[in-house]
Amino acid sequence: MTAPAIDSSAALPRARSAGRDLLRRLVRDKPLGAAGAAISVLFLLCGILAGVLAPRGINQVDLAHRLEPPSLQFLLGTDALGRDVFSRILHGARLSVIVGFSGAAIATALSLVIGVVTGYVGGRLDLVVQRLVDAWMAFPGLVLLIVVISVVGPGMPQIIVVLGLLYGIAGSRIVRGAVVSAREQMYVHAAQSTGAGTLWILRRHVVPNVMPLIIVLFTTRVGAVILSEAGLSFLGLGVPPPAPTWGGMLSGSGRAYMAMGPWLALAPGLCLTLVVYAINVFGDALRDLLDPRMRGIR
Amino acid sequence: MQSYILRRLLALIPTLLFASLIVFVAVRWIPGDVVDLMMSQNDIAADQDRARVEQALGLDRPVLVQYTSWVGGALRGDLGRSLWRGSPVSRELAERLPISFELGLLALVIGLTVAIPIGVYSAIRQDTLGDYVTRSFSILMLAVPSFWLATLVMVFPSVWWRWAPELEYTRFLDDPVANLKQMLVPAILLGLSLSAVTMRITRTMMLEVLRQDYIRTARAKGLRERVVVLRHALRNGLIPVVTLVGLQAPLLIGGAVIMEQIFVIPGMGLLLLEAVSQRDYPLISGIFLVVGLSVISINLLVDLSYGLLDPQVRVR
Repeated sequence: MTAPAIDSSAALPRARSAGRDLLRRLVRDKPLGAAGAAISVLFLLCGILAGVLAPRGINQVDLAHRLEPPSLQFLLGTDALGRDVFSRILHGARLSVIVGFSGAAIATALSLVIGVVTGYVGGRLDLVVQRLVDAWMAFPGLVLLIVVISVVGPGMPQIIVVLGLLYGIAGSRIVRGAVVSAREQMYVHAAQSTGAGTLWILRRHVVPNVMPLIIVLFTTRVGAVILSEAGLSFLGLGVPPPAPTWGGMLSGSGRAYMAMGPWLALAPGLCLTLVVYAINVFGDALRDLLDPRMRGIR
Repeated sequence: MQSYILRRLLALIPTLLFASLIVFVAVRWIPGDVVDLMMSQNDIAADQDRARVEQALGLDRPVLVQYTSWVGGALRGDLGRSLWRGSPVSRELAERLPISFELGLLALVIGLTVAIPIGVYSAIRQDTLGDYVTRSFSILMLAVPSFWLATLVMVFPSVWWRWAPELEYTRFLDDPVANLKQMLVPAILLGLSLSAVTMRITRTMMLEVLRQDYIRTARAKGLRERVVVLRHALRNGLIPVVTLVGLQAPLLIGGAVIMEQIFVIPGMGLLLLEAVSQRDYPLISGIFLVVGLSVISINLLVDLSYGLLDPQVRVR
């Protein structure tokens, strides 16, 4: 009979200790995931502190030092205009952080709203929205992106919104599936029969239930959005130059000089691969720890 | 079976109509009208001429009227004329589609040839070094942007060995060897990036199937391991892999756009990039329609192939 009393006293610090517990399990059970998390944090810090860490300005032209190979003065060499590649990579990290996190935030929020509403309400609304999602998903993401970006024009805010939309609509399927199964749980029926309002049920029962999935979805979306933005910038449809995006550094005028300065081709691609890889393994580990049901979903 | 296919095809119509309407309307909002672009290139300035150009291109009518006449034409196989080239859009598409199709097919074949054996190997040697190496490789391939790999292939062999991929397009019918020479590198890159996911799914499914009772039975009755794995396990394990191929169709088409751009292959992807930069509305709408149709027909084929692979699936 004393058990409930113990439970309620333990409830207060639960949230914080749950986070710490998760971190402990991550380090203990998923070393690769933990390494991924560490690299992701490092990448985030590089993005935030780019202005402080970068030794030179991103568009500081230095014609006396054109196409210099990596050295102590220029850690990653210089490009055809004598701009310091290391500084541009750091600022590229900042752009990737901004695009990746805000794009993933929009995408996840959108998936959550569409998924929860259609999954919980069901019926005709669900049917209509799902057909629209079908139509949207029948088209290759990149083809949609190219057409949409050509309508709204290249630029960072547009890229973020468009990528958020693209991934948000695609992800709503996953959230909807989880909501549909949460809706049929006994405690939801119990809440409904006690006359609880829809919003209250959603907030107290349904959303907390799909939260692990949302966290995992957000994590993997950050990597996906970064990769998509890089692809678009590579095609010249992303954040326009002279902004130092990683995708942009691999394309356009940079390409012409890569035969003379092969290091120009290495750094941006390596950074992209490393960051996306780190985020992916971190996301995988999180998924295994938080929500084993999601295994295999990407 | 026939009525099933028919029903699936009928269900496509609203999807395609909806999607094409969106593209049709949206493309016309592209800032910098096609007429502006044409007039600036031909030094036409007067407003009177502008109206004449619009009228000649049929752009003076309301968007919805243009759309209905476009749909009417599309049903008869007439997708209008390219605003710049003057040639029928359907002819442009007929010229470009086989090129992209060849690239996609090559990539798919290469991807599956790499992924399925490695996935099977990884599953039957679970938790060995080989398994770890192939799994890490496949996770890594998910993160490597294919356009970067392509860039490396363009840059380093030419720096080290003075070898560069062929960039001049030869038609397959004119010279198959030269054609394949150009297609092979982008197809391998595209195939590799697709193989990562296929490899993972093949491994997971094989592990699942190998634990089934009928596999134990097959082994118990003394069948050789090779027969057990290839005939009993793989055939059942492959069903989700086939689904995945359908799901990857959009990725394949998207990836082909980038490869075509890098390796200067005049397929649909390159056509799309050109059409978008020239604001060639009928061409963009036509490409969109064909791409959508391709994805949907690939998925239909995938659904139908279940019956061949799995006798349990009987579609009414």
